[in-house]
Amino acid sequence: MSNGLGNIIKTLQLDTRLLGMIGAFVLIALVFHIATGGTFLTPRNLFTLTLQTASVAVMATGMVFVIVTRNIDLSIGSLLGIIGMLMGVVQVQVLPEIFGFGSPMIWIITVAIGLALGAAIGGFQGWLIGYLAIPSFIVTLGGLLIWRGGAWWVSRGTTISPLDPSFVMLGGATGTIGVTASWILALVGSALTIYGLANNRRKYISHDFAVKPLWAEYLLGAILVGAICGITAIMNAYMVPTRILERRFAAEGLEMPEGYTEAYGFPISVLIVLAVAIAMTVIARKTRFGRYVFAMGGNPDAAELSGINTRLLTVKVFALMGALTAIAAVIASARLGSAGSSLGELDELRVIAAAVIGGTALAGGVGTIYGAILGAFIMQALVSGMGMVGVDSPLQNMIVGGVLIVAVWVDILYRRKTGDA
Amino acid sequence: MTTPLLEMRNISIHFGGIKAVDDVSIDVMPGEVVGLLGHNGAGKSTLIKILSGAYKKDSGEIYVDGKKVEINSPRDARDLNIETIYQTLALSDNLDAASNLFLGREIVTRFGLVDDTAMEAESRKIMARLNPNFQRFSEPVRSLSGGQRQSVAIARAVYFNARILIMDEPTAALGVHETAMVADLIKELKAQGLGIFLISHDTREMMELCDRVSVMKNGQLVGTERVEDVTEDDILSMIILGKNPKREMA
Repeated sequence: MSNGLGNIIKTLQLDTRLLGMIGAFVLIALVFHIATGGTFLTPRNLFTLTLQTASVAVMATGMVFVIVTRNIDLSIGSLLGIIGMLMGVVQVQVLPEIFGFGSPMIWIITVAIGLALGAAIGGFQGWLIGYLAIPSFIVTLGGLLIWRGGAWWVSRGTTISPLDPSFVMLGGATGTIGVTASWILALVGSALTIYGLANNRRKYISHDFAVKPLWAEYLLGAILVGAICGITAIMNAYMVPTRILERRFAAEGLEMPEGYTEAYGFPISVLIVLAVAIAMTVIARKTRFGRYVFAMGGNPDAAELSGINTRLLTVKVFALMGALTAIAAVIASARLGSAGSSLGELDELRVIAAAVIGGTALAGGVGTIYGAILGAFIMQALVSGMGMVGVDSPLQNMIVGGVLIVAVWVDILYRRKTGDA
Repeated sequence: MTTPLLEMRNISIHFGGIKAVDDVSIDVMPGEVVGLLGHNGAGKSTLIKILSGAYKKDSGEIYVDGKKVEINSPRDARDLNIETIYQTLALSDNLDAASNLFLGREIVTRFGLVDDTAMEAESRKIMARLNPNFQRFSEPVRSLSGGQRQSVAIARAVYFNARILIMDEPTAALGVHETAMVADLIKELKAQGLGIFLISHDTREMMELCDRVSVMKNGQLVGTERVEDVTEDDILSMIILGKNPKREMA
């Protein structure tokens, strides 16, 4: 890196690891864009990519906490399966009898049941780990078999479909908020970002701490607002195909006006990922719970001696992981419009890989939420890109496996160089 | 005679079949430094960990200001204003100085979120007193030197108005200059009326800093002496032989 650029990055206090990951993502995207003859970096493909990444990204944020506390959760793929299955049964076979078909109560109660179930199962596994001191690897390996078996047992191998239409919108494939709402959201997001930067600076100055030069604050603000607007523009550039619009007008008995167009905007599932990402980042950095998660990961004995109840903390971390798995189950089953008993299979490995590629150290104590989400995007970009180029599925798995190992090796080299343990 | 600030009476604890601490009684007055001496494995650290809430005693009683108290967790000890500087320092290496200093007792905003800038400001204030050279507030403590890490651990113990301070080998990892700083600090805290338990292997240092020393061997208390009544050799034979030669003669 040239010295000038290095200085700018230092002044902006940007995370070099984050820059490296963005660089890797851009590189992968460009390579596939060229290899596919220009179809990878299109609004349509990027839109699909975000839809496909959503459920893994949600779970990856929870996995950061799990791994930071020196644990692992292998059960989430199966947990996603059984929660998706039970939510399917509830919304298709139980709730319509009570509220009538199409009632909005159906999706609300379904999601609430899923969340409660996920938190309860996750919390129970966390209790086994924290209070009975059974290693998390064993508890969740057991969970992997138990909950997958449970999903089969509930469904007897069948697939439950079609799911409730309102519920299906949460998956994003049919539920998007349109152009205007997307831009309003982008404006609100930009305003909050600028307010946050200004507020931080004000607090620093009031305590007489050193602050970045003003130009650096402006540049950082411009980059962040630019990123928000750029992503919004991409989502708003994916046009609804004319056939679908014609059908929609026809369904209402209307003629479609000549030259009428409409874009999708943000899918609801992507908004859920955004909300989860913001909430989890605040939890990690700004709450006592988050602080204790990292303290315990850095030195469990020190955390204990500081009066932190590390056993209860373990229960909470796994309960949170379970609740996030339930959110992922909503997104995954809603996107497909059905709940099959193999839903979420191997997701635990994708999620762990995303967290680890995103810089979460298996030794504990280190990890970021945005890193895990970017890690999920990089993995999915790789898989989708190879699919588009026509790489066979077994070879895809082999390549993803190799990339995972190389990514962690690079991360180790990086840490050694920066002295970041 | 005044009431001791803190008194541990007939404390015992065993791990498996081994009696790590066997019927030991020690106390400390306000403004007094009591040294704990003994070989490795004599039971000093175990005794002290009972006081700081890390271990639960099997039997015995603890009194603060003459009132019986129960210490079942580190939190209980902190609530009684008993603070400990552990030999291992007990720092989370991945967190910065302020996060470690306030770990378990974070300053929060009115929304209940941790207030990092306020904590850093408070850390800067106390560090300016303890170790004016300390400037690396936003780095993880793993990247700090032994002396700097030690000052974070000390700052954590003295910031929260400790009345009883336990220092387990506070100078073991330090250079000459920093050791002198810790000695000055101990004298200052003593003048403020704190009761201090000091654990060290350095007999000479103990003779200089302590008012009384209690010597332990094989989990038992050999004896407690005022430092002006004994020589360094007397202490050494108490540590090694488990008895005080002068008392034997008398």
